[in-house]
Amino acid sequence: MAEQTKANPHGPATGTLLDIRNLRIEATVYPPGEDPKNVVIVDDVSLTVERGKVLGLIGESGAGKSTIGLSSMGYGRGGVRITGGEVILNGRDILRDERGLRKLRGKEVCYVAQSAAAAFNPAHKLMRQVVEATLEHGVSSREEAEKRAVDLFRQLSLPDPENIGDRYPHQVSGGQLQRVMTAMALCSKPDLIVFDEPTTALDVTTQIDVLAAIKKAIRDTGVAALYITHDLAVVAQVSDDIMVLRHGKTVEWGDTRQIIEKPKQDYTKALVSVHAIDHEEHAPTPVPLLTVDNVTASYGDGRVKVLRDVSVDIHPGQTLAVVGESGSGKSTLARAITGLLPPENGSITFDGRTLANRLADRPKEDLRQLQMIYQMADVAMNPRQTVGTIIGRPLEFYFGMRGAERNARVAELLDKIEMGKGFADRYPAELSGGQKQRVCIARALAAKPKLIICDEVTSALDPLVANGILKLLLELQAEEDVAYLFITHDLATVRAIADSIAVMYRGELVRYGPKSKVLTPPFDAYTDLLLSSVPEMEVGWLEKAISNRRMEAAGN
Amino acid sequence: MGSALILRLIAQRLALGVLLLFAVSVLIFAGTQILPGDVAQSILGQAATPQALENLRRELGLNDPAYIRYFRWLGGVLTGDFGTALSNRRDIAEALGGRLWNTLFLAGCAAVISVPLAILLGLLAVRYRNGIIDKAISGFALASTSLPEFFIGYLLILFFAVELQWFPASSTVFDTMSFGARLQAIALPAITLTLVVLAHMMRMTRAAILNVMQSAYIETAELKGLSAFDIIRRHAMPNAVAPIVNVVMLNLAYLIVGVVVVEVIFVYPGMGQYLVDHVSKRDVPVVQAVGLIFAAVYIGLNMIADIVAILANPRLRHPK
Repeated sequence: MAEQTKANPHGPATGTLLDIRNLRIEATVYPPGEDPKNVVIVDDVSLTVERGKVLGLIGESGAGKSTIGLSSMGYGRGGVRITGGEVILNGRDILRDERGLRKLRGKEVCYVAQSAAAAFNPAHKLMRQVVEATLEHGVSSREEAEKRAVDLFRQLSLPDPENIGDRYPHQVSGGQLQRVMTAMALCSKPDLIVFDEPTTALDVTTQIDVLAAIKKAIRDTGVAALYITHDLAVVAQVSDDIMVLRHGKTVEWGDTRQIIEKPKQDYTKALVSVHAIDHEEHAPTPVPLLTVDNVTASYGDGRVKVLRDVSVDIHPGQTLAVVGESGSGKSTLARAITGLLPPENGSITFDGRTLANRLADRPKEDLRQLQMIYQMADVAMNPRQTVGTIIGRPLEFYFGMRGAERNARVAELLDKIEMGKGFADRYPAELSGGQKQRVCIARALAAKPKLIICDEVTSALDPLVANGILKLLLELQAEEDVAYLFITHDLATVRAIADSIAVMYRGELVRYGPKSKVLTPPFDAYTDLLLSSVPEMEVGWLEKAISNRRMEAAGN
Repeated sequence: MGSALILRLIAQRLALGVLLLFAVSVLIFAGTQILPGDVAQSILGQAATPQALENLRRELGLNDPAYIRYFRWLGGVLTGDFGTALSNRRDIAEALGGRLWNTLFLAGCAAVISVPLAILLGLLAVRYRNGIIDKAISGFALASTSLPEFFIGYLLILFFAVELQWFPASSTVFDTMSFGARLQAIALPAITLTLVVLAHMMRMTRAAILNVMQSAYIETAELKGLSAFDIIRRHAMPNAVAPIVNVVMLNLAYLIVGVVVVEVIFVYPGMGQYLVDHVSKRDVPVVQAVGLIFAAVYIGLNMIADIVAILANPRLRHPK
């Protein structure tokens, strides 16, 4: 069998293409102030991929899924070492032949990265990059390769397939770039493509298009694929089989339907049922805490209107979720409310008084009562300050607390976010992503605010960790009676946390009201698109969703 | 569309450069005015009587207010007239012409050797980074920079002029010399200068490319199966052009402006020697003229670096 495949690697489209046996991958880490130590990233993982089949690799960050994917190309990212096992591709162990790796990369196995925007060289036109591997490996002439590339652009429904190759990466949108990268991977007619979170960085409405395009391209070309993602609902749409990974070990491996419908392991069950938070909607109170009244804002002295006539209310102790794709103006609304981008027209009333438009004109008390939490917890904290200093700072600034009193309150806040007081002496670098976000929440709470603006606070986190953060936010809301303005592009999060919802599209409010009303048909076209684009954990959802759509995403 | 934006940016840089040059001319003029004594005193020296001083000052227009003298000087400079040297009463522009040409020739030769060599060594150092080749290149380049240029100069003279007798020890050049003879005459100072500027450019090239090598698109290139050298050449180099050109231009400016010591060692009739001679004679008009030319060289080369950086940026060349 092995002999036969070797003799004719591009022969019949059946049989085993990739066979990874007992893979072990290690890396040396250099923790600050400690001796370098060895960590095992992937531990005894075995898998096989049949020709023309798609295996989904799923897990949280740090599960080793990308590392396993790249091992099929014999590549270790950032000093990672493959220290054990075999990677058998087309009948030969590629790890035994260091020199052969270059011939394999870009020819037998190609890679599609998470962020195509970063993975394309900004200095070269797209076409040059798309056909580069094809030419390097002598698969075909330049003319043929470019013709194939244009065909692939068309297959992947890219606009203007004849000429898009003449553009530079920065001239093309993120969703389109992701499809160009898929075309790049397909161009040299590889046997296997490693898709590494290819839709994670995209808006939900764009994701569905890219997902459909990738699925179609896989089917039409008969290429096999490793599809890496942390989103089980996404992987369920494209994979034949799914492997669940955790801490570098295999948790469960089975066909897609079995994993989704009858998961055996507890961890898989937790992944499948994630976001199952039941949040009872509160009715609006007679007097809102914050009223945004016909606010219009723009960048560049009125040249680019980014908010048009937006009016929303936030009620005390309740959550308003603002949803929309990137560029819809949801973060700009937050900037207008905080005074970072003074509105041109309209007014913002908070707790019975009108807020000054400019941040600089607002008294300290206004600043205290309105706090923010950001998407990127690690860049929102000073890496050279301890957790205690970070949380203690608002206590000093707003309440003048010092010494023991301050430390006691810090300990209390750490307790509230379910972290022990031992964390006070740690630095942000020593915390996990979820813990960092918890510290940011504690910092916001320290000011005893009436309103916290949460800007995509769970977007950068793994689903289970994100779920923990949402639960914490809901608990804190019940205890402290704080209101949230919750900005997100993730509708599952919205369902879990919102009392009322504002849907934004290109700077305008398209739908607004209590959660139950907003999420009940009949929908306007955009809300329908948004809602129908959220992947559901159901085999065959993608095809259904595409055929039922009423409007195209803005990214197209 | 893109070219309009580029043209506007380049025009801005050019205007800024000209403005800067005027500002420098003011500084140079003011600086020489602050010095004690004046030109009349310098000319007359020991023979100065109050009456003779007064006559000469009137003759030279030194009694006019400073700003009028500045504009008179500036007007002369703009029409190519730098005035006359006090020490020998010769026309400065004329004397400068030949000197400037000699300096540019020496700097040009040193640049032709050092710039490609530095970039090539930088690329090699990146290709074999942290290996023995990288360390050898860096070690050699840093050692040559650390040695003072006069030391390198004399060392070269000892070996190549005295022992081996390949090149002359003093780089005398004159107008009727053939090109080949001229090259032979300046070989040693050119090598000295090369050794002095090599390390800086090489290290910066290495750093600029290594910085780019962290990018995700370098990983993409690796996963296409490109060879290490192709990755550096095709994917890293085009994105490292701006910082490399910047450091190259700084070093070119140094080659023109900073060659005083080397010119003195090799008795080479360039700008540096000319400047040193006249500083010691307190010949203010010459110092002003040379100062202004050096400033123009610096500003001009840095402006070129800025413009190259603009042109090398695909986002500016091809806006959305």
